[in-house]
Amino acid sequence: MSRIARRFATLRQQGRGALIPYVEACDPDYDTSLAILRGMPGAGADLIEVGVPFSDPSADGPTIQKAALRGLKGDSTMKRVLEMVTAFRDGDDETPIILMGYTNPIEAYGPERFCVDAKAAGVDGLIVVDMPPEEADLLAGPAAAAGLDIIRLVAPTTPDDRLPVVFNGASGFVYYVSITGVTGTRTASTDELAHALPRLRRATDLPIAIGFGIRTPELAANAVRAADAAVVASALLNTLEGTLNADGRATARTVPAVLEQLRGLADAVHAVSKTVSK
Amino acid sequence: MSATDTQAGANSLRSGPDGRGRFGIFGGRFVAETLMPLLLELDDAYRAAQADPEFRRELDYYLQDYVGRPSPLWFARRMTEQLGGAKIYMKREELNHTGSHKLNNVMGQILLARRMGRTRIVAETGAGQHGVATATVCALFGMKCAIYMGATDVERQKPNVFRMRLLGAEVVPVTAGAGTLKDAMNEAMRDWVTNVHDTYFLVGTVAGPHPYPQMVRDFQSIIGVETKEQIVAAEGRLPDAIVAAIGGGSNAMGIFHPFLDDPEVRLIGVEAAGCGLDSGRTAASIERGKPGVLHGNRTYLLQDADGQITEAHSISAGLDYPGVGPEHSWLSDIGRAEYVGATDQEALDAFQLCTRTEGIIPALESAHAIAYAAKIAPGMGKDQIIVINISGRGDKDIFTVAEHLGVKL
Ligand SMILES: Cc1ncc(COP(=O)(O)O)c(C=O)c1O
Repeated sequence: MSRIARRFATLRQQGRGALIPYVEACDPDYDTSLAILRGMPGAGADLIEVGVPFSDPSADGPTIQKAALRGLKGDSTMKRVLEMVTAFRDGDDETPIILMGYTNPIEAYGPERFCVDAKAAGVDGLIVVDMPPEEADLLAGPAAAAGLDIIRLVAPTTPDDRLPVVFNGASGFVYYVSITGVTGTRTASTDELAHALPRLRRATDLPIAIGFGIRTPELAANAVRAADAAVVASALLNTLEGTLNADGRATARTVPAVLEQLRGLADAVHAVSKTVSK
Repeated sequence: MSATDTQAGANSLRSGPDGRGRFGIFGGRFVAETLMPLLLELDDAYRAAQADPEFRRELDYYLQDYVGRPSPLWFARRMTEQLGGAKIYMKREELNHTGSHKLNNVMGQILLARRMGRTRIVAETGAGQHGVATATVCALFGMKCAIYMGATDVERQKPNVFRMRLLGAEVVPVTAGAGTLKDAMNEAMRDWVTNVHDTYFLVGTVAGPHPYPQMVRDFQSIIGVETKEQIVAAEGRLPDAIVAAIGGGSNAMGIFHPFLDDPEVRLIGVEAAGCGLDSGRTAASIERGKPGVLHGNRTYLLQDADGQITEAHSISAGLDYPGVGPEHSWLSDIGRAEYVGATDQEALDAFQLCTRTEGIIPALESAHAIAYAAKIAPGMGKDQIIVINISGRGDKDIFTVAEHLGVKL
């Protein structure tokens, strides 16, 4: 069983939902992002998304765009990102790590070598924002051979008759992009979620995470009431940005501020008791 | 004769893209899932429109009476004499309404957007020519319009920014990155993904996810279709070479496509070499890039070893893009078309050559094509023929040119 499957199985047994925080690699420097990554499980992260900086994140809002640029300024390369995961695995063999990014840096690295190296570093799953099912053959073979989960995105615009196409080849969990829009902007209403989740459940048995626009403990709790996990990215990145000095460098407050906010989110998520309803 | 008439035999080079929107390994649909259902819908709607004679009739009507087609094929006698070699013809796309080839595509897509029931248009623009063309048809049809334009381009193409605003468009300056076309494209995609329910993304060149490269090419193919008829009428034969500037590649693809199956016609795409192909400050994606994925398609891209896209540079805002349409990448790989560069300086020289010999002030984009034609014409026989695609007029560029000539306006 993969780390991701194991983690969701445990959570289900415990009747809990999952919090999945996001950290951008090398934002604003390697050591700071590694310190945040290392602190996340202790602050309540159940799974972690590590953002791979890309120069042209066209599906992301201003917050993640800025984080990606800071990451690139902080000398992020795919090699560095994998080194960071390796360093994290040194002290944590349980928390699943999902890399989230765009196709081109993977293509430049070489899809096969990338999957092998990512697995060796301790990566468990991949979310490639601009790789819909129609283009997924680029990674499907190498990812399966390496034992990496491919996490598929579903959107409000995805019609019911397309869900089987999206879920074909999906593993690990499913990421529901809860709004039409870029990251870090609007938030889906409880009504919208109540409408969306049953139609996804009918089409997949995989756990479902909700992302885009979750910025408060309350919204995170709402998300895990409807689904299995809540992804929080922009809210944490905004906090991080607020602690940087005038030169954009990390300060003594950077790591604690992000982890403290994470703790608040995790407490809210873990307070929701999920009776096994299947 | 119809511009969307691309029925071609099995061995034809005109039959692409395949069902996945690919030209060889290039093209495709690398977009977020939110947009995928819209691209599938667009593909269906475009096919239905192509098959509908009423759509064709409507488009032909607007092309003739609003855009002003057909555009003339002009024999450039004085330039030919001055260069002393091949006969030079110019396809006069600068005479279209709004001053460039951009309106051919925009007219087709706005009619499609209306068929699809969309009420709001977003577009990206570099030089502002596509933005102006888009704002124009939005005024014509009473549609809402948002144009994303890099902040650097807003600065160097002020006349076009004002034109767009006069036409009622909202012009949104984009400060991300270097503030040029690539960044405007990112921002237009973000707007589209946010407003999918009523918004149509009107792409201005033969790039982006399938079906855009195919659709834009089809709408621009009217340039090549007319050129073929006109040159045969004038000379009784096909030209030896066709030369066009390459930004995303739409004016070039439009004039090349009807000639793809005529191997005796050299097809030459001129990329912006900027300060020189090896200066590191260029927009020559095919000559200096590597295949990669950006803005929905796989194509040649200027990028570093880690797959980060690098900034392009050109004096011409319309060519200042680190990618190129996927069909050009394919035509380059299979050797059917040649891709070469012209520098900023060569374009400035050609701009003046064309102005002084023909009384035609070309766009700086088109001046890149003129520069390369002027380079090869003297070495060709006097019985040989070159057609240059004059994709736009240069009124928008006079401030840039004046600055380089040391003139204060
Ligand atoms: C006059 C003119 N020519 C050429 C171009 C380059 O675009 P494309 O390569 O798509 O024709 C532009 C783009 O703005 C333009 O305005």
